[in-house]
Amino acid sequence: MTRSWSHRLAAFVAVAALVPTLTACSGDDAGLVIYSGRNQGLVEPILQKLEKAIGTKVEVRYGDSAELSAQILEEGENTKAGLFFSQDAGALGALSKEDRLAGLPQATLDRVDAAYRSAKGDWVGVSGRVRVLVYNPGKVPTPPASVHDLVKPEWKGKIGYAPTNASFQAFVTGMRVLEGDESTRKWLEGLKANSPKAYGNNIEALDGVDSGEVSIALLNHYYWYERVAEKGEASVTAKVHYLPAGDPGGLVNVAGVGMLKGADEKQSEYAQKAADYLLSEEAQKYFAEDTKEYPLAAGVSQAKGLPALSSLNPPKIDLGQLDSLKETLAMIQGVGLV
Amino acid sequence: MHTTALRGSGSNRPPLVLLVPACAAALLALLPLGYLGVRALDRGVGYAWDVIADGRTVVLLARSLGLAAVVVLGSLVLGVSLALLIVRTAVPRAGLWSVLATLPLAVPSYVAAFAWLSAAPGLAGFTGAALALTLVSFPYVYLPVAATLRGIDPAQEEAARSLGLGPMAALWRVTLPQLRPAAAGGGLLVALYVLSDFGAVSLMRYDTFTRAIHTSYRASFDRTPAAALSVVLVVMTVALVAAEARSRGRAGHARNGRGAARPATPAALGRWRVPALGWLCVVTAAAVAFPLATLAYWLAVGNSATWDGARLAAAAWTTLGVAAAGAALTTALALPVGVIAARYRGRTAHLLEQAAYAGHALPGITVALSLVFFAVRYARPVYQELPLLICAYAVLFLPVAVAATRAAVLQAPPILEDLARSLGRTPLRVLREVTVRLAAPGVAAGAALTFVVCMKELPATLLLRPTGMDTLAIRLWTETGTGSYAAAAPYAAALILLAAIPSYLLGRHRP
Repeated sequence: MTRSWSHRLAAFVAVAALVPTLTACSGDDAGLVIYSGRNQGLVEPILQKLEKAIGTKVEVRYGDSAELSAQILEEGENTKAGLFFSQDAGALGALSKEDRLAGLPQATLDRVDAAYRSAKGDWVGVSGRVRVLVYNPGKVPTPPASVHDLVKPEWKGKIGYAPTNASFQAFVTGMRVLEGDESTRKWLEGLKANSPKAYGNNIEALDGVDSGEVSIALLNHYYWYERVAEKGEASVTAKVHYLPAGDPGGLVNVAGVGMLKGADEKQSEYAQKAADYLLSEEAQKYFAEDTKEYPLAAGVSQAKGLPALSSLNPPKIDLGQLDSLKETLAMIQGVGLV
Repeated sequence: MHTTALRGSGSNRPPLVLLVPACAAALLALLPLGYLGVRALDRGVGYAWDVIADGRTVVLLARSLGLAAVVVLGSLVLGVSLALLIVRTAVPRAGLWSVLATLPLAVPSYVAAFAWLSAAPGLAGFTGAALALTLVSFPYVYLPVAATLRGIDPAQEEAARSLGLGPMAALWRVTLPQLRPAAAGGGLLVALYVLSDFGAVSLMRYDTFTRAIHTSYRASFDRTPAAALSVVLVVMTVALVAAEARSRGRAGHARNGRGAARPATPAALGRWRVPALGWLCVVTAAAVAFPLATLAYWLAVGNSATWDGARLAAAAWTTLGVAAAGAALTTALALPVGVIAARYRGRTAHLLEQAAYAGHALPGITVALSLVFFAVRYARPVYQELPLLICAYAVLFLPVAVAATRAAVLQAPPILEDLARSLGRTPLRVLREVTVRLAAPGVAAGAALTFVVCMKELPATLLLRPTGMDTLAIRLWTETGTGSYAAAAPYAAALILLAAIPSYLLGRHRP
């Protein structure tokens, strides 16, 4: 009895030890390695096309933007990646600040409005996401005109938000940059006084609005469009509301790319081509139609049903400054919202 | 009954054949600590201290410890009550219940949390986090307690009865004290698991220490504060391990000789039959049936449920492969540490065991970044290759295997080892021919348990897997990232079903 057990254990260990050596043979050299903080389900189709377009093997490593940027910082010069495709400008700004990004050619940068790229020239926005309000028409017939109205007493207990989400924090950072720390702190205190309901992420906040748990929530525009694509418009109760021109609640953040320092010459070359491809008409159309984001390279328009980016008149802000997230977080924590 | 040591000629030092591999295991487990030291002190002691001494740190620590205490208590109640009912009473279909009581291990904490949250959004917060975590972690207590109950010689309780004690009093005074080490060991694993959990607390929106560490990586893109906070978790782990060691004492519970004990006669339930069955039903329904039903619901609704069978199969196969390799390495490393922890006293034994636990309360991302740090500098060829991922599993789950090995060795009678020694066997032969052979079922159970936890691991897998490799947990994360719950459901279901196989074997396992 005991004999057979130890034999079985030994056999198990032997087999298990073999498995990795069998599967490990797949790791041959790739032309380009992309670290993608963007979700695989969202960008895999376009990255497959990118592989054909730039004419080399592309390996994509999917992960969380913040965790991947921590990984890139930990890797330093030894990074395996040539290109970082980040979900938001903040992670790119942080890498830029730590001097981990190589510069992009001016021609590439110039395809995108200066508002949506790095002032230092080391990253460029690829697609735009707009902060919006999503509301439940059964609970609130008319959403507020400005994000500033949300601190009025009539919204007490009716607001949902995702305080730990990077997009919410980027929005607060934007408000700090636009309106100063003092007035942002006051706004956050006003929000806190209205006892908003904290959700873990935008999707849960959207669920909250949909089910009527809250009347209104602050999130990014495409979550609503994705939900409609998932369930059909008829079964989505929530409606989307764009904030008026210049409102800090209507910040446009970007997903973008930066080339990494430490990659070899060959990989850098491919990375540059890849950045160009992501700004090509084909790729920009993909972001417009498939992920419902705003295309940022000139000449491509957004999906039907979305207002034009130019008509939104988002607040003017240097997205590179969105990396002062630490101060934002300290403020959000200080007010007691996290 | 006393534990005598597997000692060489009267000394109480472990033989080299145990000590060398045990030290290797401990060093691997201590890697994250080295990294944390480097990172936390990146900007000087003052900065790290400012992070740690922040008022919020204390609050978060209190919240984490409070959650851990409640979950451990809940797990003890569920684990011990189920073990007593299933092993010691005449409850019908004990074999089936035993499997069902082990199955919650197969449910990832984030799936359990999601299931509860989608059914009752009001649960968010402490209550929800405590509920979800208790329901997925009570088998850590159930398994060792049930195993100990099966190994206890019924003659002891019978002797107590013959001396005039009632059945409840005999249970209370003879049997329960013997369960204490197993329950405490299981409780320790539960506590460390809760401290390191990110999935459930994050879905339940309950801010804990680990969640703060994640937020810190996210918010500042700065590894220093996260590292400083992680150091606090390590200190907490060492304190917990020390407290547990104190509570269990050093008494062993081995019988002299295997095969002499009969199984205890199951107690008749009488009028307690219905309540007992009801309790078993409620617990297993909440922990197993409910999450599965939620997944079935998501499979049934939503248009994103595009079945990608090939992708599912590939992820399932990969998951099995890496989890098996992870379990194999972890078990091999845990064996010498577990034997030393069971058989030897003294500082070396203590330090080795504590070192093995060092990484367990750390969030997966911290362990992963520490391996990134070391691998890009000193082991470039394995960076983002399977061997490194397997090592990460070993660092993360060594305590699970050590606890199982230690318990199994404790139940093996040391007199046989002494006998073998006195007959001139070398320490290696004693280990191979006596100790391992006697402890093999328990060690195998530990391997199965490690296999299950490796299958569910997410953050370290995300950072360390070979580029392009997917496990079920990663697919699940990817699909829920876009809110495609229906597309995520098949992966969650596959994960639970595959993890159910080793759980099933564990549940059926008889020492």
